Amino acid sequence: MSSTIVRLPDQSTARIPKTNFLTRENGLLSWLLTSDHKRIAMLYLVSITFFFFIGGALAGLIRLELLTPQSDLMATDTYNKVFTMHGLIMIFFFLVPSVPATIGNFLMPMMVGAKDLALPKVNLLSWYLYMIGGGLMIYTMAIGGVDTGWTFTTPLSTHYLNTHVVSAGLAVFVAGFSSILTGLNFIVTIHKMRCPGMTWFRLPLFVWSNYAASILMVLGTPVLAITLVLVILERTVHIGVFDPAYGGDPLLFQHLFWFYSHPAVYIMILPGMGVISEVVSTFSRKRVFGYTAVAFSSVAIAVFGFFVWAHHMFIMGISNYAALVFSLLTMLVAVPSAIKIFNWAFTLYKGSITFETPMLYAIGFMGLFTIGGMTGVFLGAAGTDIHLTETYFVVAHFHFVMVGGMLMAFLSGIHFWWPKMTGRMYPEKISQFAAVVTYIGFNLTFFPQFILGMLGMPRRYASYPPEFQVLNVFSTAGATVLGVGYLLPVLYLVWSLKYGAIAGNNPWQATGLEWQVQSPPLTENFPEIPIMDHEAYDYEWLELQQAKEVASVG
Amino acid sequence: MSEQTENAQHIVGPKVYVLILFALIVGTLATVGASFVEMGVWNPVVALAIATGKAMLVVLFFMHVKYSTKLTKLTIASGLFIFLGLITMTMADYISRAWGRW
Amino acid sequence: MSDSSAIENSVAVEAHHEHPPYQRHHFESVAQQFDATNFAMWLFLLTEVMFFGGLFTAYLVMRNWYYPAFVVGSHQLSIFWGTLNTLALICSSFTMAMSVWCAQTRRKSGLVLCLTLTFVLGLVFLGIKGIEWHEKWVKHHVPGLRYSVEAFVNPASDPEVFAEYHDKPLAPDMAVKTEQYFFLYFAMTGMHALHMVIGIGILAFMIFRARAGDYTSGHVTFVENFGLYWHFVDIIWIYLFALLYLISRHQ
Repeated sequence: MSSTIVRLPDQSTARIPKTNFLTRENGLLSWLLTSDHKRIAMLYLVSITFFFFIGGALAGLIRLELLTPQSDLMATDTYNKVFTMHGLIMIFFFLVPSVPATIGNFLMPMMVGAKDLALPKVNLLSWYLYMIGGGLMIYTMAIGGVDTGWTFTTPLSTHYLNTHVVSAGLAVFVAGFSSILTGLNFIVTIHKMRCPGMTWFRLPLFVWSNYAASILMVLGTPVLAITLVLVILERTVHIGVFDPAYGGDPLLFQHLFWFYSHPAVYIMILPGMGVISEVVSTFSRKRVFGYTAVAFSSVAIAVFGFFVWAHHMFIMGISNYAALVFSLLTMLVAVPSAIKIFNWAFTLYKGSITFETPMLYAIGFMGLFTIGGMTGVFLGAAGTDIHLTETYFVVAHFHFVMVGGMLMAFLSGIHFWWPKMTGRMYPEKISQFAAVVTYIGFNLTFFPQFILGMLGMPRRYASYPPEFQVLNVFSTAGATVLGVGYLLPVLYLVWSLKYGAIAGNNPWQATGLEWQVQSPPLTENFPEIPIMDHEAYDYEWLELQQAKEVASVG
Repeated sequence: MSEQTENAQHIVGPKVYVLILFALIVGTLATVGASFVEMGVWNPVVALAIATGKAMLVVLFFMHVKYSTKLTKLTIASGLFIFLGLITMTMADYISRAWGRW
Repeated sequence: MSDSSAIENSVAVEAHHEHPPYQRHHFESVAQQFDATNFAMWLFLLTEVMFFGGLFTAYLVMRNWYYPAFVVGSHQLSIFWGTLNTLALICSSFTMAMSVWCAQTRRKSGLVLCLTLTFVLGLVFLGIKGIEWHEKWVKHHVPGLRYSVEAFVNPASDPEVFAEYHDKPLAPDMAVKTEQYFFLYFAMTGMHALHMVIGIGILAFMIFRARAGDYTSGHVTFVENFGLYWHFVDIIWIYLFALLYLISRHQ
């Protein structure tokens, strides 16, 4: 890794620009009442990191319990609460908002050439709703937690448990509206606030991916909202909609719940895929292969993603005919995701590849997401799903796509845009080390779980047959390594705020409007709205720009 | 930019609104009347057809969609598409359960 | 460190753009602001469609399974009040559309009048809803709260309804399912009423602002976009009326 594309300004004379969005105003209220999308993105970044570590601590507890076959670290009821809270927090308070609310909020207006999102105050409201939802979730944990599994499956959640389903449901309900408002804002911004010359097919692919995810947020999340309302009504007023004794149907809950929760996984992964498009292009010095295919496949994932939800319900009592249809559609939805992997691979082919940290995470993503995605196809086939569902195979599958995929993409994006957001470079060596540690830890944690699932170890059980212990020990060991890998970035990124090298406008020599302005950017992003006169990922244009720049510096 | 603003282009006047109001009132009375007539399996079809007709009048004229951009129309269509997808595929499961195992 | 503007500027403009006071700084023009907020309201309405969509799905499933119970249950709803409510809401949609026209044509007193009529009609709707719900409460037809199937197992015990429809008695297990019908009735009309309450609240605010002339000086966005919301609530009711009240009134 001797070559690098990083080009920093002369450190002896470089300074962070005096006027930027961080220095424009001071004081707590200027942050809490801001309408600047970049400040809101920073607020989100701090918040989701906080929730990530709570979810991570819960994951640590799960792996500690599973070191031994017996349920000896905690009571089984407590274990149920631990994995439930882990799922709820990681999904609703980390993964769903991760890239859109932090990187998307910060960068997307700049990428389209706008001064802010279309509805800045709504953006702030979105963060407050997230915090209120998060507060409710912490309150739920504090008063005793909920143990239904993050899926709130009925009739367990409505009739057989005394835990705090209502407050957990309320927390997710509120957080759902945060997500809806973010998606709504993005869609309006992308449609209505592109700068002159910025046609749809000149947009960075990051914007396309977030657009597709936003459609899912806007159309899918309300169904989750009404479902949670029904669960709360069922628990409080005993209306009977999910109770067979009153003529209700527990499966109705599942239809409504998974109608959102399947698109939710695409809400989580699509923005990450957007990050990968940007990173792979920049670190191969090549435009993304098949721009149109990648753009349309994002939208295709969004559309198809709405029609496959019952593949989470194959064994729950849906009709065989429904299982057939949903299984077929699930096979279809895998295709656009695979298309992206092919396109990124062909972008790499004959590119000038360098291995800075964002690229390490991106390459890790490509491998791990491929494995995760393929195992999703195994699960989507109704026949194999009967054996693999509710086992650790499913757990491994979704951790591969969400952690090996999405979380790596998030870290890739954070490292890639860190210089733009803060004006500082992170320390390269230790970050590369952390990326490798994460990759190794991840594989050690989750690959054994595929085998465990195939061997029949069920999920959501605190105890297991002793013959599964060896693989569980590997998994827990990996989790420890993984924890180190996730802790390091927090430490060195905070360190870099004070001691990192000054980054300048465009340390990565990347294309994209955001790299043409100062780091950190001005509050209004651009002094004047830019005019877009070149295609996306146009490295020749960039070369011309840089030639002009060099000529003008005395 | 202003060519995208339907507001600047076309102000819908009271005459149209009054016409639509009467059409909606007639539709309401028609649907109530139809519910008293025995039409077997066609009752819900007629009721929903009239309701949809009324809804379309509200959407096209009161909500100005007839004079709106293609984007607005596409947005509404996509929302309806997903809504219908939810209903159709869920009902397909329930209805096909009655067909037995295979 | 280099501050060279790598971006070509748009047409040379003066240091500070001229724009009306109601144009937000991140928009380039009033037209863009109107366009964007209008589109945003439509997207919000889409979320509402999906939100109610969950309830419609539950309704369809239960009606498909328990049609006799739904028929008999729907006879408990008064056609008179339901039709009156529907007409009230339709008229309020008309007055709301007229409000938008008044705002667009800068007719301040007309705007205030139309908004006030919309407000009053909205209150009429809620008042009638209250009457209907109260009747359900008195007759023990509120699910989960001392629900009684007496009127369905023995229709003669409810002479008013029996005189009109002459329903046959339901078997006990089907009679129990009327609770599903009423649950859906209350959930759907309740959710609708909640949206009405919010709309009426905003209308009150708007009447206040309209009297100050805020909407008749070129900035009609708020009235237009609220109109969209109000019409949407009307459309939901159009479907609720057809699905809850008009299941089958013959025989």
